[in-house]
Order: sequence, then C-alpha cells, then structure tokens
Amino acid sequence: MKRHPLLLTATALLFVASLLLGGCQNSAPLPFRLTNVSGHMPPLEFSLTNDQGKTVSAADYHGKVVLLYFGYTHCPDVCPLTLAHLHVVMQRLGALADGARILFVSVDPGRDTPAVLHAYVNAFDSRAVGLTGKPRDIEALVKRYRSAFTREPAGKDGNYEVSHSSAIYVFDRDGKPRVLSTPADSQDDLVHDLHLLLSTGTQP
Amino acid sequence: MKSFATLCLLTSLLLVGTAHATAAEHVRASHAWIRVLPGNLPAGAYVTLENDSDQATALSSASSTTYAQVMLHQSSMQGGMSRMTMVDSLTLPAHGNAVLVPGGYHMMLMQPIKPVKPGDTVRLMLKFSDGSILPADFIARPANAIGAGDEHPAKP
Repeated sequence: MKRHPLLLTATALLFVASLLLGGCQNSAPLPFRLTNVSGHMPPLEFSLTNDQGKTVSAADYHGKVVLLYFGYTHCPDVCPLTLAHLHVVMQRLGALADGARILFVSVDPGRDTPAVLHAYVNAFDSRAVGLTGKPRDIEALVKRYRSAFTREPAGKDGNYEVSHSSAIYVFDRDGKPRVLSTPADSQDDLVHDLHLLLSTGTQP
Repeated sequence: MKSFATLCLLTSLLLVGTAHATAAEHVRASHAWIRVLPGNLPAGAYVTLENDSDQATALSSASSTTYAQVMLHQSSMQGGMSRMTMVDSLTLPAHGNAVLVPGGYHMMLMQPIKPVKPGDTVRLMLKFSDGSILPADFIARPANAIGAGDEHPAKP
C-alpha cells in the first residue's frame, strides 16, 4: 500500500500544531491511562480528624495531589498491600512525590484512634496521612464518592472485619477528582498519571 | 494397677500420636514471611507450600507461641469491594502446591504475646489434614514490604 507523501506531512503538521496549542492553552485533556473521572465526581470535601488529632478539611490539602483510600488498621492483608504499593509508587515519583499526599480514611473509627492511625500510616510512607472522625462524617465522604463499607459480624473474641471499597481516588491540586485506580490496574499506569498531575501544576 | 496400665497405654498411644504428628515429611515451605504492623495490630503471614506426595493434603490450621491466635483467611475482591473470609482448610493437591500471598490466601496472626520487629524470625506450626505438623520459620518484614524480599527458605 502506497501513502501520499503530502498527506503524511499534513498529518504530522496537524499533530505538531495540536501539541503546541495544547501546551499553550493548557486545555487539552491530560492523556490519563487510568479510568478518567474528571467531571464525574464532586470535588474533595470533608471534615475529619488527622493522625495528629487535629481537625482538617479538604482545604488543608489544597495544592497537593491527593490519593484517597478507604481502609482500616485491623485489616492485615489488603490494606497493607495497597499502602505498600502506594509507597513504591511514591518512591518511583522521586522528588515529585512531595507534591502528593496519601489520605488513608478509616472506615473503622471505633478502633482507629489518631494515635493508632499515626503509627500505622507512618510505617508505610512519610507522605501518608491517617484520617478518622465521627461515623456520619466518614459515611458522608464514602457516599460522596459512591464508595461503600460494611462491618461484618464479630467473632467469638469480639474481633470483626470491615469489607470496603478497594479503589484509590486521585484528585488534582485543586481537589478535583481526576482518575480512579483499582487493584486490576497496573502500578505503571498510576505512576504515569500521577506524573502528569504532579508535573503540570494546577488545572483550570 | 489397672489404671496404671491404662495410663501407660494412653501415654504410649499419645507418644505414637505425637511421633506421627511431627512428621509432615512431604510438605516443604518456602518464601515464608510476616508483614509486621505497629502495636498489637494483626499481621498477615505468607508462605509457599509444596506437596511432594502422591496424596493430596490440606493445611487445616496453624499455631505459634508468639501469637495468641492464628486464623486461615482469604481476601477477595467482589464488585469493587475487598472482603476477608475465614477458610476451613487449603488443599495441596498431590505433587501440587498452595501459595499464600498478599491479596489472596493468608494466615492472620492475632494478639502478639511479645513484640515482633522486622528481622525477627517467628516459628509457626502448620497443621495438615492428615494430622501431620510442619514447623516453619517466618521472617518478619516491615509493613511496607511487597514480598518475602529474597529467596528466604523456611528452615525445617
């Protein structure tokens, strides 16, 4: 099959022009690899207690790219696995990772005090923050992102498990939801998308 | 004297039973590690078990002198939700294996009797459906470890 040389040149020129326009106006959609949720979910909003015992809101993380994850400290398998992976992701981002925060929101506020959360999140990454609070404030945040959690019946020893959403919600520096990462997604794609968000600064 | 004879018989039976129980000769453990979490939080234990025998067997329970309770669990993902369920036993087919890894089958170690820190070795007694027991040493790794970290073989 023979291609017209003029057509190829024109296509190449159009491609360069689109790149230039995109770069100047900063309006081209970011080429995310993960599920793009831009405009499909409300901006980050909450009022909770951080692992230092201080009341915090989404405004406290304005200017940071936020990775929101729901879990609980008595979860010995999946939550630590997710946080260990996020630690590797942060390491792979190098210095850029300072512009990001992992917000680990407890769906088990009965057991997860700020002190327990503080020791827990810091065992994974220095840029991870543990958040807990009143059950209704946590439920409000969970519902805001169409997430869910269920406390399973307690065993003989009073111990119980909490089933919870496994997704990681990624917000840009303005608190706008941008992508959703699930356990089925590759770590490379999360690093790629975070790189886009961290190196482009704030989005209009 | 009759009761003494009974006691002797019981003791010898018990000894035979114990001798039998210590011999899980056909199962080998490797990549044995524990993810250590701060404080008294439950920890996950992971291991690869290989069955060299012509007979299938199953991991039925485990115990340790370092933790008050050990439970066999499975993590699963359904409709975007992570959940954890108790498992009665985990089958090792004849000449097959069972792999306990993060996000799948694992042992949940509860209520540490003494503090466990990364680098420590914790012995677990793995009990199989035929009554045999395999002692296996698990290396304690930091919370943010991804795997066993090396080709750490579980010492018999």
